[in-house]
Amino acid sequence: MRQIAIYGKGGIGKSTTTQNTVVALAEMGRKVTVVGCDPKADSTRLILNSKAQTTVMDLARERGTVEDLELEDVLVEGFLGIRCSESGGPEPGVGCAGRGVITAINFLEENGAYTADTDYVFYDVLGDVVCGGFAMPIRENKAKEIYIVTSGEMMAMYAANNISKGILKYALTGTVRLGGLICNSRVVDKEQELIEALAKALNTQMIHFMPRDNEVQRAEVRKQTVIQYNPSHPQADQYRELARKIENNTELTIPTPLSMDELEALMMEFGIMEM
Amino acid sequence: MSVLETTDFRKQVVEEVLEVYPEKAQKNRRKHITVKENNECSSCAVKSNAKTVPGLMTARGCAYAGAKGVVWGPVKDITHISHGPVGCGFYSWANRRNLAEGEIGVDNFVPFLFTTDFQESDIIYGGDKKLEKVIEEVVELFPNTKGVSVLSECPVGLIGDDIESVARRMTEKLKMPVIPVRCEGFRGISQSLGHHIANDAIRDHLIGKGPKRDVGPYDVGIIGDYNIGGDAWASKKILEEIGLNVVNIWTGDSTVEMLQNGHLVKLNLIHCYRSMNYMARHMEETYGTPWLEFNFFGPTKIRESVLKIAAMFDDYIMEKAHAVLEKYEAEMQKVVETYRPRLEGKKVMLYVGGLRPRHVVGAYEDLGMEVIGTGYEFAHGEDYDKTMANIKDGTLIYDDVTAYELEEFVNRLKPDLVGSGIKEKYVFEKMGLPFRQMHSWDYSGPYHGYQGFPIFARDMDMAINSPTWKSIKAPWAK
Repeated sequence: MRQIAIYGKGGIGKSTTTQNTVVALAEMGRKVTVVGCDPKADSTRLILNSKAQTTVMDLARERGTVEDLELEDVLVEGFLGIRCSESGGPEPGVGCAGRGVITAINFLEENGAYTADTDYVFYDVLGDVVCGGFAMPIRENKAKEIYIVTSGEMMAMYAANNISKGILKYALTGTVRLGGLICNSRVVDKEQELIEALAKALNTQMIHFMPRDNEVQRAEVRKQTVIQYNPSHPQADQYRELARKIENNTELTIPTPLSMDELEALMMEFGIMEM
Repeated sequence: MSVLETTDFRKQVVEEVLEVYPEKAQKNRRKHITVKENNECSSCAVKSNAKTVPGLMTARGCAYAGAKGVVWGPVKDITHISHGPVGCGFYSWANRRNLAEGEIGVDNFVPFLFTTDFQESDIIYGGDKKLEKVIEEVVELFPNTKGVSVLSECPVGLIGDDIESVARRMTEKLKMPVIPVRCEGFRGISQSLGHHIANDAIRDHLIGKGPKRDVGPYDVGIIGDYNIGGDAWASKKILEEIGLNVVNIWTGDSTVEMLQNGHLVKLNLIHCYRSMNYMARHMEETYGTPWLEFNFFGPTKIRESVLKIAAMFDDYIMEKAHAVLEKYEAEMQKVVETYRPRLEGKKVMLYVGGLRPRHVVGAYEDLGMEVIGTGYEFAHGEDYDKTMANIKDGTLIYDDVTAYELEEFVNRLKPDLVGSGIKEKYVFEKMGLPFRQMHSWDYSGPYHGYQGFPIFARDMDMAINSPTWKSIKAPWAK
């Protein structure tokens, strides 16, 4: 079983990329579980073809404690038998969403959500690694493989570098490794070259360049992934390719995060920042 | 030994005891310990109010302990809520020995404590709503409550519950003060910050907001007396006998109105300077209410303080003050005559909180006893300044003393009595040493005032001259 966590700047397309890729893996016959680690709970809707599912924490809150939950209440099968769960958590500005992620992941583990026949567990994690709770998926015995979704936009690259710092911390004390950057194109000039250069500087690879295509949005408004909505569309093949690359990826490294100066120098080199 | 020899010996003891520490810890701890010497610059003698070295056993508490356990807990006519997981509330339930008059559950809520009993989901979703509900339930259960204090535990500070806005809403809705106190235990380096935070909450939410009252010419307030074993009542008795009118006590046996009207007096008299000097200063700066420190431990200090207090008023009070001193002289003389022969020359080592390590020295001296070592858990520089004036040359002074250091100091200085707290009590009693708890008065008291001194003398005699000690021999002793 491979446990994979997807990180990246908020709004970069983590959930969309994760769900489309997971469906491609399922199409290849793999048994996959997706765990959404975001109070917004939007990591599984394209697979379940529904609005947000009942989350671990919301149900725990309703019933009293997580001990009152049954696994089947919060682990639901969707398209192609993909098993889906959402950690859930508070509305913005209150409580501790990080603790919600910790509680939910522990619950899933302790209650045997990851059965022996599971090939992949994907954690789709909110934004940046802002506190210990959101680092939960990359701590001991959880995800060992991280992919960072980014684009050629400056703030997305800042975030990718910052996330690498978080990974480095746990890589040095554990077994977590960076598997690569996924460039989710925003049609920035020289975007592919820029992200390839960033990947190299971070001691990793750009595992795939995902072109921008409105078919993704068309599928999304129907609460579907591209493979389900229009399996013969070229964008569906893009996700199939990313899935294959992840399946065959052996380049797992300890990242080398850049200093602010180094990162800015890189951006200047590619003309994103003016001198 | 001469004073000089004693001083040298004790300095040597300090070096020997600290020797076991690693270099860095040794360097740190050395700054917190001194032996008083002639003409020493007192303020630079001892480092204090600093972080405890991790790994050393400290007796200190946390900010929550300072705010809840010391300042807010004794306020009797309001109910208190410990906001967070159940542990802090459970273990601080019933508070210290802060006696309070009144019917329990009707106009005295000191023995009670409510908690929001945080569960996992309260951490994740925030505890604001639960807090609001608990406040409503508490007021429904105890409709006589005159207000509610909300005391934050650690997790509340981490998850950022907005207890201030809950308090504001509930104050309006329930038409009574609901006071948020952000005393998360991880703040600061000892309970001392908790006292400050608690003072600030009085300043921000209560002072000046009570029903107006005319200030009589002899109205005074007692600040920083928590009525342990009835101490505040014993102090009040003297003040009333000299013609003063004690209208407020902070916070032993106190009411929310006393906190609101603390400034409406001619003079505030402060006993525990460390825990309440902040509000004493605030009332002076904002309302022009003067304040004065006093000490009602033992007849010598009582005499000094009574005359100092009376001097702030007119001849009428001064006359009465002299009459009171005279009235009790014979009684106090009798106490001294009874106990002094039994206690003369006995040596004491103290380790208490923020006031008593200096305030009780006079009472021991009245009994012919000598304080040879003293120290505070959480005092600041100015407390040590005040201490120096009260102790003799050669006295060992230790700040935030560790369990190991205190045990070793006692082993080598060989006092006849150790006065400290519950954490230390059994260590020394098992060593076969007389011990008195100087936080709780060992379930005795009061020790303040004329009423307290005979009890103090009796208790010290009982500890030191108990026949028990003759019968005790450790099994391993020859």
